[in-house]
Amino acid sequence: MEKFTRLDGLVAPLDRANVDTDAIIPKQFLKSIKRSGFGSNLFDEWRYFDHGEPGQDCSGRPLNQDFVLNQPRYQGAQILLARENFGCGSSREHAPWALLDYGFRVVIAPSFADIFFNNCFKNGILPIVLDAAAVDELFRETLAKEGSRLTVDLDAQTVTTPAGKVLSFEVDGFRKHCLLNGLDDIGLTLQHADKIKAYEERRRQSEPWVFM
Amino acid sequence: MSAQTLYDKLWQSHVVHTEPDGTALLYIDRHLLHEVTSPQAFEGLRLAGRKPWRLSANLAVADHNVPTTGLAQGIADPIARLQVETLDQNCMELGITEFRMGDPRQGIVHVIGPEQGATLPGMTVVCGDSHTSTHGAFGALAHGIGTSEVEHVLATQCLLQKKSRAMLVRVEGALGKGVTAKDIALAVIGQIGTAGGNGYAIEFGGSAIRALSMEGRMTLCNMAIEAGARAGMVAVDDTTINYVKGRPFAPKADQWERATAYWHTLVSDSGAHFDALVEVDGAAIKPQVTWGTSPEMVVAVDGKVPDPMAEADPVKRSGIERALAYMGLQANTPIVQIAVDKVFIGSCTNSRIEDLRAAAAIAKGKHKAANIKQVLVVPGSGLVKQQAEQEGLDKIFVEAGFEWRDPGCSMCLAMNADRLEPGERCASTSNRNFEGRQGQGGRTHLVSPAMAAAAAIAGHFVDVRELMSEV
Repeated sequence: MEKFTRLDGLVAPLDRANVDTDAIIPKQFLKSIKRSGFGSNLFDEWRYFDHGEPGQDCSGRPLNQDFVLNQPRYQGAQILLARENFGCGSSREHAPWALLDYGFRVVIAPSFADIFFNNCFKNGILPIVLDAAAVDELFRETLAKEGSRLTVDLDAQTVTTPAGKVLSFEVDGFRKHCLLNGLDDIGLTLQHADKIKAYEERRRQSEPWVFM
Repeated sequence: MSAQTLYDKLWQSHVVHTEPDGTALLYIDRHLLHEVTSPQAFEGLRLAGRKPWRLSANLAVADHNVPTTGLAQGIADPIARLQVETLDQNCMELGITEFRMGDPRQGIVHVIGPEQGATLPGMTVVCGDSHTSTHGAFGALAHGIGTSEVEHVLATQCLLQKKSRAMLVRVEGALGKGVTAKDIALAVIGQIGTAGGNGYAIEFGGSAIRALSMEGRMTLCNMAIEAGARAGMVAVDDTTINYVKGRPFAPKADQWERATAYWHTLVSDSGAHFDALVEVDGAAIKPQVTWGTSPEMVVAVDGKVPDPMAEADPVKRSGIERALAYMGLQANTPIVQIAVDKVFIGSCTNSRIEDLRAAAAIAKGKHKAANIKQVLVVPGSGLVKQQAEQEGLDKIFVEAGFEWRDPGCSMCLAMNADRLEPGERCASTSNRNFEGRQGQGGRTHLVSPAMAAAAAIAGHFVDVRELMSEV
């Protein structure tokens, strides 16, 4: 996993609540057996007017110019600003894979769906929860000024606006540690292999039917 | 020891190790796999030179991509076929038990786990699918995981987890005639919203829940994720234990008594602390129909499509306007005046035998309306299909002009050939009415199996309670 420390990036505002993982990456793209290549189909049904299929060259497809990511001012955005309950719906990790492949490293929202939130950390994406009023303010500032950027510092747990306002956010210590260092958490877990084996041994005695 | 919730008990009994910040290493008893969210996990395992930690914990089945007709011809779509073949190959190489296409035990992963007794009380159950919450119906801790976590479970038999807060949804009272677990689920989501359960594990309790069959409890826990809660659960009682008894993976003679003695302790102690309590009057719940593009956009069948002008919150108002535009609906339209084009009876929410019986009871001796283009009835597994055929349900459906299909996820998410065309309106027993969920531009209304069958016969939504009183 690519580590995440600090990012100064262009912000794209996606002004909808309850953005679900079917919208982030529609089901036909889930047939892939790879982890990469989902970026051109991120928000496929909102980005294009036609129906997309896996493996298709998207360069000639009709674009919905009204959709935020198609507007010239948001090209190259690395920070997605979103509303409540972002990433609700299915557990598909293809959603963070698509966001990452497109170029997003940070998503800021007042709340996230649990599984999506968790999946982000496994892929070097930092999901940041800010209160609804702060997110409202960021939407206003981003829309008001073209080229609006934010600076995100994971170590300091801060988001800094162009005006110099510093917003703090919470992150679990363990997740922060893994993300700052780009750690493979399977490797970390296997350091506890002896504990896992000892636990299994106890359970084999108390609940042998689980191990049939 | 202080009073514990069912969730506390399930959590504590599976903690292997705890990090200083409270992140726990949680042991996973049962890992269910399907073709869509596993290939990258198997590839990661292979690239790192790792092996599955405990083979017997894993059970695999292809369900999302499988065709529901013409099984003998295989999968026409080469990309989907490769994904199913990749699962077959991975399971064969590693020695993981898989129910392949054509095996009568094949079906939707959340139907076959309980059907086989692979889901047992007291277990932790995970799968790379959000509807894994279904298995919590057994007094198990069950939730969906992403593909990185599928790999993590394969390699370590554990997951890194932070404990959720506990919510009790208490539904008291007797359900009215024609009101089902699906209606409870939709009514609860309507009440607390699709983010209402974020950060919580929900326990469903109260007299209405105790009165539900295991299949009803599975329907309810299945939809916990639509309320934002990764896990839903119901305490163990005799209903649970009677359902599990005799199933292929269930404990046998010598261990059965020991197991059931333990399982009976899997209830919340009286006085246990919940971080949130939601109370629902079960007797007041009516059959539910969603009108929008989120499961929380739901009303009772005798209600109307809402008017965005009545909503004060601007984000919510624009959400309602967008949903009405997508759904092609006018504000204030009575639900029973909404005509549908297609009907889907199936999915991990509502494809079990009781669901099919409820639909058949409505369809018996009737025929789908002239405006209904297609009614798909997709059983949850090959064994559900066999059972339904033994009961003659297939004949009732076929005589009503419904299509009797082979098991799979089908038009719940339209990864296979079963889908809506743009603008088509569907009464569906599935779990998500998101934009494009059942096909790009498709319009989904979530309902119970009886309500879906009733819409197929009438050509529009009807209050199933009125049909039942005719009998």
